[in-house]
Amino acid sequence: MPAVQDTIDRVRKIDVDQYKYGFQTEIAMDKAPKGLSEDIIRFISAKKDEPSWMLEWRLEAYRRWVTLEAPTWARVHYPKIDFQDIYYYAAPKSTPGPTSLSDVDPELLKVYEKLGIPLREQEILAGVQKTDVSELEEPSDNVYKSGRVAVDAVFDSVSVVTTFKKELAQAGVIFCSISEAIREHPELVQKYLGSVVPTSDNFYATLNSAVFTDGSFVFVPKGVRCPMELSTYFRMNEKNTGQFERTLIIAEEGAYVSYLEGCTAPQRDENQLHAAVVELVALDDAEIKYSTVQNWYPGDAEGKGGIYNFVTKRGDCRGDRSKISWTQVETGSAITWKYPSCILRGDDSSGEFYSIAVSNGYQQVDSGTKMIHLGKNTSSRIISKGIAAGFSQNTYRGQVSAHRKATNARNFTNCDSLLIGDQCGAHTVPYMEAKNATAQFEHEATTSKISEDQKFYVMQRGIPEEEAIALIVNGFVKDVIQQLPMEFAVEAQKLIGISLEGSVG
Amino acid sequence: MLEIKNLHARIVDDGTEIIRGLNLTVKAGEVAAIMGPNGSGKSTLSYILAGREDYEVTEGDILYNGQSILEMDPAERAAAGIFLAFQYPMEIPGVATMEFLKVAMNEQRKARGEEPLKIPEFLKRVKDAAALLNMDMAMLKRPLNVGFSGGEKKRAEILQMKLLEPKLCVLDETDSGLDIDALKIVSEGVNALRAPDRAMVIITHYQRLLQYIVPDSVHVLYRGQVVKSGDKSLALDLEANGYAGVIGEAA
Repeated sequence: MPAVQDTIDRVRKIDVDQYKYGFQTEIAMDKAPKGLSEDIIRFISAKKDEPSWMLEWRLEAYRRWVTLEAPTWARVHYPKIDFQDIYYYAAPKSTPGPTSLSDVDPELLKVYEKLGIPLREQEILAGVQKTDVSELEEPSDNVYKSGRVAVDAVFDSVSVVTTFKKELAQAGVIFCSISEAIREHPELVQKYLGSVVPTSDNFYATLNSAVFTDGSFVFVPKGVRCPMELSTYFRMNEKNTGQFERTLIIAEEGAYVSYLEGCTAPQRDENQLHAAVVELVALDDAEIKYSTVQNWYPGDAEGKGGIYNFVTKRGDCRGDRSKISWTQVETGSAITWKYPSCILRGDDSSGEFYSIAVSNGYQQVDSGTKMIHLGKNTSSRIISKGIAAGFSQNTYRGQVSAHRKATNARNFTNCDSLLIGDQCGAHTVPYMEAKNATAQFEHEATTSKISEDQKFYVMQRGIPEEEAIALIVNGFVKDVIQQLPMEFAVEAQKLIGISLEGSVG
Repeated sequence: MLEIKNLHARIVDDGTEIIRGLNLTVKAGEVAAIMGPNGSGKSTLSYILAGREDYEVTEGDILYNGQSILEMDPAERAAAGIFLAFQYPMEIPGVATMEFLKVAMNEQRKARGEEPLKIPEFLKRVKDAAALLNMDMAMLKRPLNVGFSGGEKKRAEILQMKLLEPKLCVLDETDSGLDIDALKIVSEGVNALRAPDRAMVIITHYQRLLQYIVPDSVHVLYRGQVVKSGDKSLALDLEANGYAGVIGEAA
């Protein structure tokens, strides 16, 4: 930590009593030791200046977590995780990372190039640590000015963020980090946090509840239509907070919000285990649209070093006529274990799940959704497109259930899988349960292979092999791509093409 | 323009030899008809010309403008100007015909080092070509070949052929599945593409198509070889007397 060392040196020079200012203690305390204990949780909570109720909440989660076992039912395989061998709190830049682009996996750099990301941003995405701040010049090119909301905002300095914040504040929308929300809006956090995904929900959600370090908080008050798409990138993230992210979005009566998470550029991360929790609450007539593009490092050609993404995402259509829609494009991570779900509690509420999961190399995906129909006249729609290439395994796992009182519950499910090559696998595991005789569930599933005939036909028109595959695959996922916000749709198409490179020949 | 010399080719999977010493020369501006009974290797020849990987050339060569194309993949051959109108065009779900046309045209332009077409110019070309083939623009918004009738598929093939402006057109059984009206429209579309710098290889079972697309030469393919060549009268002869006579001579 050269910057901090520099400060200490200066302080020494001007002969200030170091103990008085507590510099040394401060530094020593910037990183918690490996492993998890009540002390570590107290440490995290203190670091974040949290009120005591928050600490109690975390501790309760932790006490429950120690009694739980990691689940094994998903169709994914990985070495057992040693939870005492993980840092649960690390201050920014304290873990060693690459110091220049030449230290970064060249394959990763090739992808950046194809996405047209300028050098400076490649460095940030790849986690290159600069010791000299002056090396980070201002971005000078306009290559990605248009339609790149997500990537742009990260680098467009604080002013952009404040401009957006002002506009949001005028509309009455609260958009900040969850840590800030705990301090500034404790009544809202206390009311809603854990109300969709309780601390006791599952192994990873419980772990997250105990140790989450940051995430987003969105509150859209009654009758307000959020004036812009909200993206994680408008909120300046503290570094190294991605591991146990916690997001809470609340749309009050009649409110609307569209939230984008993620980025199409592959992101490197020192943390192998990611266990995020996302909770959405929609009150009467409210609508929440949540879109994700997940492209974390999938590991090298042998599948080593990739991210494990074990996330719990759930939306609660708490009010009548409310609506929650999940759209996801998943191309990254070594292992993905993710089921964005909807609890259709309010009468006439509806839930949607649109998903594209692409796996290549040795990636393993076990993803899907749950639609839990509790209210009357509730409806849900599931469109899932799985694409498996290389040696990957791609599983759709979905549950649709209608409660006794869920009269006229309706569901339509369509799961299509596409195989590229003959070493990969696609699996569909649907669970359906109707306890009410008026429920109508429809399920369609197909598995197909890109045929040689199709590929030959497309290539015969002058379209090179990889572009031909990308074209056919993008046709296959079109129904889902259409659900994405415009800027994301274009990038997602490109990304799918890139993810499948090297899957043929 | 096209020179096939002593070509031998087999199916990669099981090693069955389909083409056994085939020789054929087609000059620029020439329309050559390839006829022959079922299983004589006609469609295989079209696939091999287009570079399909399921077949392996074991001997001989294919020269296109004096250069061997055996090492080129299908996309490279297409960009060099070789077009195959398929007997059974493939369906591409989710990809609008217009989008497909745009990608194909621009990929070929890219391969030739040209700029992509401007949208208005692209639309104009497509509209003109569609009008010529009596095609509805609304159809071009549908995914390519998905739910198209047999006639619509063949028209879509000729539409692509027109827009891609190839130098060597190979038409594989383009007349199959067409009623007489569609056959006329498709033939007119093909005839409009005849040009001094463009060669065509028309593969067909029946003489019927050749009434509308009159060939400069006719070649009879049997057991993977050209066993007889002649002018358009050979096609009429075959229609009247069947393949038996010609095959008998070869055997």
